[in-house]
Amino acid sequence: MSGLSDAAVTRLRTLGRWPEFESGRYSVIEEIGRGGMGTVYLAIDDELEREVAIKIPNALASADLEDRLQREARVLATLEHPGIVPIHDLGRLADGRLFYVMKRVKGRTLREHARDVADAGERLRLFERILEPVAFAHAQGFIHRDLTPGNIMVGRFGEVMVMDWGIAKSVSELRQSTVDGRQSSPPASEVNAGGTAEGVVVGTVGFMAPEQARGAGETVDQRADVYGLGGILFFLFTAGSPVPDADPFALMRQRGVARPLSAVCARALAKDPQQRYQTVAELAADVAAYRNGRAVSAYCETTLERAARFGRVHRTAILLVLAYMLMRTAVALLAGR
Amino acid sequence: MEPDDMRGGGFPATRHSAIERIRDGNPEARREAFGDLVEGYWKPVYKHLRLTWRLDVEDARDLTQGFFADAFQKSWLERYEPGKAKFRTFVRVCADRFAMNMRQSSSRLKRGGGVQTLPLDFDGAEREVASRDPRAMPEPEEFFHQEFVRALFDKVVADLRAEYEDRGRPIPFTLFERYDLEPVEGVSYAQLAAEFGLTPTQVTNNLAQVRRRFRERALDALRGLCGTDQEFRREARDLFGLEVE
Repeated sequence: MSGLSDAAVTRLRTLGRWPEFESGRYSVIEEIGRGGMGTVYLAIDDELEREVAIKIPNALASADLEDRLQREARVLATLEHPGIVPIHDLGRLADGRLFYVMKRVKGRTLREHARDVADAGERLRLFERILEPVAFAHAQGFIHRDLTPGNIMVGRFGEVMVMDWGIAKSVSELRQSTVDGRQSSPPASEVNAGGTAEGVVVGTVGFMAPEQARGAGETVDQRADVYGLGGILFFLFTAGSPVPDADPFALMRQRGVARPLSAVCARALAKDPQQRYQTVAELAADVAAYRNGRAVSAYCETTLERAARFGRVHRTAILLVLAYMLMRTAVALLAGR
Repeated sequence: MEPDDMRGGGFPATRHSAIERIRDGNPEARREAFGDLVEGYWKPVYKHLRLTWRLDVEDARDLTQGFFADAFQKSWLERYEPGKAKFRTFVRVCADRFAMNMRQSSSRLKRGGGVQTLPLDFDGAEREVASRDPRAMPEPEEFFHQEFVRALFDKVVADLRAEYEDRGRPIPFTLFERYDLEPVEGVSYAQLAAEFGLTPTQVTNNLAQVRRRFRERALDALRGLCGTDQEFRREARDLFGLEVE
């Protein structure tokens, strides 16, 4: 018998890493995602005979990772919304690691999905669907703190799910940690996307609000998520990540994005939280206004731009009036002969 | 079809380290332990001699046979000191020294006589050597480790196949072979289910069972080939990322 191929050896090593469930209720099918904190497996729930996703911390005996996974599970259990993945179960593996079971979300990340969405209107509608669960979480007192195109799943029917609540915090928790003088963030080594960070920060470089990047826990609130959403809007129209110290308005304009929408994005990405939209609802209102041809609060139009916008919105009515006037003129001319 | 629970009779008793067992005063126990070590290490040694030392087929065969025969007769492996290196590294270094000595007295290289010949499948090992690109060779230690893992998994997979065949239940292993070991592009659970007259959930359950058995057997075999429990835990963590008792 000839030896196993390199691919088979690699596969067997991977299989050996898969979690073992003491209850025997779940059978792993594949690894479907791996991050700094944990790995997500596709599995079969043998009791209910359905596919589920199971998240497990990467390291054994890590109190910090276990704490975060438990917190994430609780956040998901609290946030019941169609745009937030529901949690089904929480348990421990044979090796003692905590795991939680959630709905298996079929689809692609926004990063992948956006490549196939050419229509600007459709991109905006997609963005609005992302705003809803985030606004809901804020209303429940939770901040996501890591909103990126990679953490948004888009289903087959265009449904949107905001994923990866592993570093989410409740507003009260953030305030309490500031009062206690404790750091509210995990270690710097857990910054995503290969970014280097000074001090204690958590999030993804490019989509992380400046106050979050500084590790300034006391000023991190829902406006940090507004910044992340601004980053997602920027991504949807440029296919890139926001560039620190670059003007997002100018970059959007270079890509041919309309001034009002570029201004909306720039306001969401303002470095100073005071200059940003203060809530997701404000951002959503401006996006809806732009989509419906109304003026946005982030952009001061010139008279010409206002007239042009009026013309675009009321194009049919204007054409009808013009046609009517033309006809009346023609009738008057004919009658005058 | 539901998978059997094979945790009972099919699972071999936890193996003690073969390195400990070769120090046993009982000659039969020593011979058996030595056989386990040869089984786990002969292929890495042979491939190391062929590809790192660039020996030709005949020399590598003779040296591999000679190395293990000498090790048995002169009790080299019993001299292993866990504090100094992993057992795997110790074996490789011993093989290097042996090859160096043989090269220095090249007249002794073509021997054949006087060496008790072990029944080793050199032709099979040679096919594996031939399939390897000699230009893409890693560092000797890394290469030896890769081949050690391959030999370990080869043995475990062969034992696993025999286990399922002995029980008259070859399908779980066949599924494992088709999906995990030699997958054809695009193979799916649904496809295998249709082919074997199972539901996709049964395919999943059968695969989960064989994978679990593979891991149990691999850890057990690994435990037998490590010098100490500490080394075994380290190797298991490296192999599967697992913390084991």
